[in-house]
Amino acid sequence: MSTIIQLFIEFFKVGLFSIGGGAATIPFLYAMSDKTGWFTYTDLANIIAVSEATPGAIGINMATYVGFITASILGGIVATLGLVAPSIVIIDIIAGFLEKFKSSKIVKSAFYGLRPASTGLIAAACIEIVKISLIDLNGFFSYGIASLFKFKEIILAVVVFLLIKKFNKHPVFYIALSAVVGIVFKFGA
Amino acid sequence: MRLLMDLFITFFKMGCIAFGGGYALLPIIQREIVENKGWATNEEVIDYFAVGQCTPGIISLNVSTFIGYKHKGIIGSICSTLGFIAPSIIIISIIATFIAEFSHLPVVNYAFAGIRVCVCVLIFNAVISIGKTGVIDKLTLIICLIVFGLAVFTNVSPILSVICAGLAGIIIKSVKKGEDKE
Repeated sequence: MSTIIQLFIEFFKVGLFSIGGGAATIPFLYAMSDKTGWFTYTDLANIIAVSEATPGAIGINMATYVGFITASILGGIVATLGLVAPSIVIIDIIAGFLEKFKSSKIVKSAFYGLRPASTGLIAAACIEIVKISLIDLNGFFSYGIASLFKFKEIILAVVVFLLIKKFNKHPVFYIALSAVVGIVFKFGA
Repeated sequence: MRLLMDLFITFFKMGCIAFGGGYALLPIIQREIVENKGWATNEEVIDYFAVGQCTPGIISLNVSTFIGYKHKGIIGSICSTLGFIAPSIIIISIIATFIAEFSHLPVVNYAFAGIRVCVCVLIFNAVISIGKTGVIDKLTLIICLIVFGLAVFTNVSPILSVICAGLAGIIIKSVKKGEDKE
């Protein structure tokens, strides 16, 4: 029971402080992993992938997934409700004076600081994902610099980056492609 | 009551077909809400997106809440929001069960090792696109680097970073305004 309540509270905080949409919740999920141990960084990378590749907003999918692996279906429901609760309250308040909010100087000033902070946080989350997917720190400490880089993975990353630049298809396309490449070349084996 | 059901069902449908998030939802909302239902005008929807970005939480969710509120007040906003999240809860619960069931198979692990590489690139691209709107001058670059450094090298909570950055924005802007006046 206490896990359920904690899930709600943790996700309520994510909903309250993540600014800039789905990707902005990712750094908070890393902090949550450190704090609660409900899931590992590797779990989280998988959660992000599944959430991108399935219907629904990414941020909502991630909340459901984290809740689900922590405390099954009830956990998924509670985590998601926790995430959306601040939005409902805040938007209902703002909807009453939308025009004032839109032209508010203080809101604009706050966002002058919030947007770069969000960028920095997501960049830090990106580093965490690089650490588990593109490089091998254990290999580095055991076998030296040649084992640091996962060459197959890095090549795939560059290829996916270039493909997105060139074709700009839906992310699900690149996720499926990467899964196939991972299976064919036995990534992580 | 029928209107509330209608709100729930309409947003449920959108939750089922909305891949991604944020502005990816804009064309779907325009078709369903503006053209089919007439619950909001195009300008209103654009406004909701703009404000939805400037408020905490998931952008597309904030937009759903706005539309529900506009149409039927607080109870309407709750119905539209619940409708929007319901498909996620159902779909993710099913998928998570399957993945847990098959996670011991090597082929699943290979696939996810590949997918994680893709996630790297997707997040990297998200940083670039969010950075373009957020890091616009020297001061915003400094804020970005400080928050990045704190997140990578310390255990400072992202919540604290966000609060400080918001305050920093307000202080910087008011100091700048004072300078302009002098």
